Formats: sequence, structure tokens, C-alpha cells
Amino acid sequence: MKTLTSSDELGFVVTNAGILSLIQDAGRYGSFNLGLTNGGPADALAFYWANKLCGNTLNTSTIEISLGGLALTAQRDCVIAVTGAPMPLTINGKGQSLWQSFLVKAGDTIRLGFSQVGVRCYLAVAGGFTIKPSFGSTATVCRESVGGINGSKLMVNDVLPCQGVINSAEKLKLLMLAEYQQPQYSNELVLSTVLSYQQQHFSMIEKRLFFSSDYQVSKHWDRMGYRLQGRAIKADIAGILSEGICYGAVQVPADGQPIVLLNDRQTIGGYPKIGAVISQDCAKLSQCRQGDTVRFEAISMSQADNLFHLQLSRLQQTKLIVCS
Amino acid sequence: MFDSLESTFITDDIRIELAGQNTLMLYFGTNESTTAKQVAVISPAISNKVHHAVQLIRQHLATEVIDVIPSYASLLVMFNLLEIDHHQLRNKLTTLLTQCGSDSHKKGRVVEIPVYYSPESGIDLARIAKQARLSIEQVISLHQAQEYRVYAVGFAPGFAYLGEVDQRIATPRLTTPRLKVPKGAVAIADRQTAVYPAQSPGGWNIIGLSPVDMFTAQAQSPMLVEVGDSVKFVAIDKQQYLELGGQLNYATTASGETNSKE
Repeated sequence: MKTLTSSDELGFVVTNAGILSLIQDAGRYGSFNLGLTNGGPADALAFYWANKLCGNTLNTSTIEISLGGLALTAQRDCVIAVTGAPMPLTINGKGQSLWQSFLVKAGDTIRLGFSQVGVRCYLAVAGGFTIKPSFGSTATVCRESVGGINGSKLMVNDVLPCQGVINSAEKLKLLMLAEYQQPQYSNELVLSTVLSYQQQHFSMIEKRLFFSSDYQVSKHWDRMGYRLQGRAIKADIAGILSEGICYGAVQVPADGQPIVLLNDRQTIGGYPKIGAVISQDCAKLSQCRQGDTVRFEAISMSQADNLFHLQLSRLQQTKLIVCS
Repeated sequence: MFDSLESTFITDDIRIELAGQNTLMLYFGTNESTTAKQVAVISPAISNKVHHAVQLIRQHLATEVIDVIPSYASLLVMFNLLEIDHHQLRNKLTTLLTQCGSDSHKKGRVVEIPVYYSPESGIDLARIAKQARLSIEQVISLHQAQEYRVYAVGFAPGFAYLGEVDQRIATPRLTTPRLKVPKGAVAIADRQTAVYPAQSPGGWNIIGLSPVDMFTAQAQSPMLVEVGDSVKFVAIDKQQYLELGGQLNYATTASGETNSKE
């Protein structure tokens, strides 16, 4: 048995970093005064399940894999789970299902292929990756060079320490989420949106156009925001005095093409905003890519509240299946 | 369909609006007789009120409020949906902020920032002078002539929006931002000025370089200035700039498309 001191730094070695793989915990809150944005999982629901399946608390550090291509080698025995977009997952070349936790042994190679639908996956390990937080969080925001390992996306040969299975004699609890309860990813989406901010600067006609038109995800989509393409809508002002931007805010610059601002958004900005997409739909949007179609649907703040609490209670009632 | 909107006034010049699912927005300096469409103005008195509201919220609503983003005339309030809903928060803010005034009891600090102003360190200095029909020396002295207020922090870690510069040296942003602006660049955009905390893309007009660190991630207080503080720029010469750790071997990169706008 390895001693704690010698195995402290053991975990996973990155053998292929993929397109964009980032350490993410639940996000960085309380540092707006420094100009730091929230970061955190783009798809908070898939992130939630990855940690749940590993028996982790909700703020545990995971890897967010965008598009795919990540390969890791385990240096110790641990329990992991992968959730999110259906990326082909293999352990030593053998296929493995998402949405369940399983044991990997020291020396095993974990490989994620590329998904055809959906964009992001979460890889959690029981006990979490041991990453030193910056400003109270391990969430990586590359633009700010904050979080993760040295503020950067994962690179080949990075080592991600974790606890591992402390005693192999201990009975492992492996869990899975029933198939019918797994989120489905689609390339068409309705985004529930609360009218807010500068909505009074958009005429009734512009609002009706906005809520009745289809928009395509443009080539500019990332963790900062999704620029959409479709029917241009016009505000009666070009800009505003710079002000705080919330998660999901729908910003409309002079060209009339809406931008939905997500986790890595800049905290203040001066474009007019027509409203904000609710958080659970922002998570779904972050699983979309160029060419996918979205539509906005106006809901009231009370409906937004209801949707939040309904999802929460659904999550709390969902029972994971015990596999072992 | 669009009728569930509530815009309420706390006092005759503080208004609450919806922002997002767990965020409310407070607007300052608009009064009941004006429409919500009226554009807010930049003023130290309004900024004082914003600053005071931040203090009151931090002090009294620490459980309910996750974080706030103060800016020129607004304050974004992000709250915890598991603690409070927007109706209750509106009520609490309404009660709390009636005592919000422009005489902030906690006055901000005045921070001196040394700047090496020269055509060598400030590549847009000559153009600004020419456009303003002033000498380079006049531009430099006008930039130092007043105390600037920190109105907002954002765009990048430690990027403080300072205002307002003398109307005579106000200069619009570059039409196409530069891909690379050096750390420490002191720059002007319209009537705002700022010090770039790190090398980044940027569209402001550069008039000098400062050797100070605006943002030190590892420090106990990472930021040199906070919203509500004031900044006074003080000219130093090249020798002093280098002695204070400033560097001159920088090059701005040609302009090009960038994703962010400060």
C-alpha cells in the first residue's frame, strides 16, 4: 500500500488534451469587484450528475471537455463518471457507457472521442481533483488566466491529482442514472427568456419579431457567449452607460444579431440587452454548436422562478440506480 | 405576453428593474418624472450613492446576495434563489436603500499612480495632441490635472474605469482595436481613462506607461484601486520608470478583430 505522502500528487496524466478541456468547479462567486467573471460548468446539469454519480459534493472540481479528444492515463485506482454530450468513451480501447460511475485501475487509459450532437462532457472522479483554488474557485477562465492549472486549459503531461480509492477492500458504490432520466441533446432549442434590462428600448414589433424568429448559432460560440444569426432586431439606442451583465443576458449590438452571454462573459458592458435566458436553458444552449437552431420564448419572472424550483425538486427526487 | 414587468422606484432617484433569473438591477440618478428611457449621467454624486448601496447590501444582505457589480450609475445584484426570491429581495432592497445617500460614510482612498508620459511610451500621444490642437506637454498636464474616480471595474481582472478626463483631451476609441496593448499602458477612451493591468487586446488611445501593478493575483488585496477610490496620475521620467521596474521593450501589434471590447 502506498503511503499518503508519496501518492499525494498522483492522479491522472493528460496524454491528449483534446480541443478544450478545462478544470471546472461550480464557479467563482464573490470576485466581481476584481473584474473576475464566474466561469464554472457551461452545462451545470451534466456537471451536477457527474459529481452525484461519484458521490461528490456539488462544488467538486471536474474536467469539462468541449468537443472531445481528451485522453488520460490513471496513476491510481479511482472511481470516475462521464456525463454530457454522447462522446464515445473507451477504457483501454473498450467501450464504456456515460452516465454511470465505474472503477479505473492504475495504468488504464481513458479516451473520449468526438460527439456528433452536443458539445460538452464532464469527467468527475470520486473525491474530486485536488486543484488549488484561485479566488475561491478552481474554475478555469482562460481569458483571465485564472483557475485550473496556471490559469490555462489542460495541456499534455499535466498531472491532475486525486484521492483515489483509499482502501480497495472497501465496498465500492457504483451508480447510474436511468436512461430515461438522462438529458437529451438536440440541435433545436427553445430558450425561455425573461424580458429585462433595456427591454423598453425595443418596440413591441421588435419584441414580437425577436420572439417569433428562428436564430442560428453563428461561428462565434464559446464559453463567453453565443452569437446568433437571424432576423435583426433594433433597439432605439446604440449603446448605454456600461453596466453589470448577468448570466444569460441577451445583448443586441448595432447589427441587431443577438448574443447570449454565458459563464465567461465580461462582467460589464455597454450594449443594450432585451432580456435574459433562464439558467437551465443557458446550460442547454452551451451544448449547441454552429448551425443549430434556437428560438426565444418570453416567460414571466414568476414562471422563471417556478421552472427553477421544479427542476430543483425533480433533481432531488431522482434516484440513482445502485450497480454494486 | 409582455405585461409582467415591474419597474419600481425606491427613492425618487433609485429604480429597481429585472435583470435575469437571479439578478436585479438598480439604476441610480433617474427620477420619477423622467421616463426609464432617459440616459443616466456620469457624476461623482451618483457614483457615491452606488458605492453606499454596495456597502449597505454587503452589510445587511450578506446571506441573500451572492455578489454585486457596481458601475457608473447602476448596481447589478445577484442573489441566491435558495435563500430569497425576487419579490422578497425587492422589498428588502426598498427598505434598505431608502437610507442610501450620496454622502458615503466610508470615503474611498486617493491612490497616486506614476506614469511615464512620452511619445516613446505613449504611441497615441502625438495624435491626441494634434487632434486637440494642444502641445504634447499640455495633453500630459491636462491628464494629471485632476483626481479621477474609479467608476467601475471589469473587462479584465483589475481593469478600472476612471473618469472623467478633461473634455479637450477626450478621444474616441480606435475604430479597430489593437491585438496587443502592453501591461501598464495608460490610455484614454472618450472621457474615460485607465491603466491596462496586463497585456491584452485593446482599443483605447495610449498616452504613457505606468510601472505599477494594477492587479496581483497572489496578493491579499489583489487590486490597487476599488470602485469608489480616486486616482491621481503623477508624471515620472524614463529613469524613474525603469527604476520602478517598468519595461520599454514592448510593441503594440497591428490592429485586428478581437472578441472583447473594454
